[in-house]
Amino acid sequence: MMIKRLLGIIPVVFGVLLLTFLLVHLVPGDPVEVMLGESATTADRAQLRSDLGLDQPLTIQFLTYLKHIAHGDMGRSIHTQSDISAMLADRIPQTAKLALLSLAIAIAVALPLGILAALKSNQWQDHLATLSSLTLSAMPHFWLGPLLMLVFALWLGWLPVSGMESNASIILPALTLGFGLAAILTRMTRASLLEVLNEDFVRTARAKGLNEKNVIVRHALRAALLPIITVLGLQLGGLLAGAVITETVFSWDGVGRLLVESIEKRDYPVTQACVLVIALSYVVINLLTDIIYTQLDPRVKYA
Amino acid sequence: MMQFNLKIGRFLRNWPFLTILFWLLVVMTAKLVDLTPNQIALANILHAPDLSGLLGYDDLGRNIFSRVLAGAQVSLIVAFVVTGVTLVSGTALGLLSGYYGGWVDHLLMQVTNVFLAFPGILLAIAFAAVLGPGLNNLVLALSITGWVGYARLTRAQALALRERQHVQAAISLGASTPRIMVTHMLPLLAAPLVVEATYSIAGLVIAEASLSFLGLGIQAPNASWGSMLRDGVRYMLIAPHYVLAVGISLMSLVLAINVLGDRLRDHWDIRREI
Repeated sequence: MMIKRLLGIIPVVFGVLLLTFLLVHLVPGDPVEVMLGESATTADRAQLRSDLGLDQPLTIQFLTYLKHIAHGDMGRSIHTQSDISAMLADRIPQTAKLALLSLAIAIAVALPLGILAALKSNQWQDHLATLSSLTLSAMPHFWLGPLLMLVFALWLGWLPVSGMESNASIILPALTLGFGLAAILTRMTRASLLEVLNEDFVRTARAKGLNEKNVIVRHALRAALLPIITVLGLQLGGLLAGAVITETVFSWDGVGRLLVESIEKRDYPVTQACVLVIALSYVVINLLTDIIYTQLDPRVKYA
Repeated sequence: MMQFNLKIGRFLRNWPFLTILFWLLVVMTAKLVDLTPNQIALANILHAPDLSGLLGYDDLGRNIFSRVLAGAQVSLIVAFVVTGVTLVSGTALGLLSGYYGGWVDHLLMQVTNVFLAFPGILLAIAFAAVLGPGLNNLVLALSITGWVGYARLTRAQALALRERQHVQAAISLGASTPRIMVTHMLPLLAAPLVVEATYSIAGLVIAEASLSFLGLGIQAPNASWGSMLRDGVRYMLIAPHYVLAVGISLMSLVLAINVLGDRLRDHWDIRREI
């Protein structure tokens, strides 16, 4: 089961590598010309062409690409000439920090809210929770982010506007990403718990005379959380994509901002590397989610 | 009083339809009314809302109300075109894959797995980045990445439908494959596809704005909600009306479409999963 799942990601990883490799070849016209601009000399162009291996046949290029990636070599930035792997090593911890804090915020907001909504279903608490999660899910990061910035940084002056100078700088981008995830998570928790509350084992637990708190926490919630973990894994990937926008809004120096900057400078090797790193992280997160899920759910583990 | 409450109740129930209707009317009439969303007036730079400019003016003194309407037009046109392209291509691929099975199915599943390995809008950003900015490339980037959901959904349903008695009966009566797909399978697939397409229109409105926000979509001087938000953020301290006007417009449209999707889903009793 586990082995099969592990082997299953091989073609996916291969496909991801192939697609990111092909990105540069999708540039209309000559990628070297696009990257260097019209003022570059013929010698510069020839130099870059051979540096990137673009003068080789496509299959050779791809094999070289694979070989370099396997050695952790992502190539060099066209603009700064710096090593892309080193650039990413600086940026990845920043994005990871942001993503983990957002995840914590999302769970802290969504679980209580979703549980409340399910327990008070069709009462005002439920309506309020549903309405707020619906509204939040209609607020993309590039709108929620500026709104939080306007209220908490510009009007109230409680938090830094953007950048990474102080420890408090992470709060607004993390809230932006976290609230977006919380919106989906609240609805999931509510639906999942409502479903479980109708199950036989919950009725049995009540019939045994357990107090309501025990029924909810030890019986219903344990079962309800399982599907939520799967969703959480998928949504964490959404968080990585959302980080591209959020980091740009708040000038947070993570992988997402590096990606956007590289696109603006037409620094395609950096763009390629960022896309690859985000996609591979997502594949790994999904794999881990599956593994955790099988460990937690005895029905899957022993099936 | 009783009647008044009823009216409010009816309005609250119907507001998604009214909101969507409003934005659709905007899109259809925007060409007829002379709005001049790109007209620069230096005297009005970042002027706050008043009676002549309902939503105020932007950093070049352009009327924000006109630009919000022009942005709505771009947004919805992109969303509908991309939904049309991806719905047709995704459904066709999913039907073929689920119906024939075998290596066709295996190949398609591997391809969709690779596409799904890129979270959210990342792949569209990557394609838009290499294709270059502009409306056509924006539609292309969103179409290349958008068909996967429909293909997965259709394929899963087609696998099950294939074994149904009425399809088996049609096969043994010698009906042609296209006929079986179109008249015996497609009608049963329509409801989940319509629900999926509804959500995807909301998703595409956001996606278009995201790409334009990053500078990968609609180019200046043309209005797009994404690029307007990007400009608005710069002047947020002195002219918050700019960001608020665009953000609230976008939110109202997306919220209305999502609620419509929820209602359609509940109406047809569909469990949504990808």
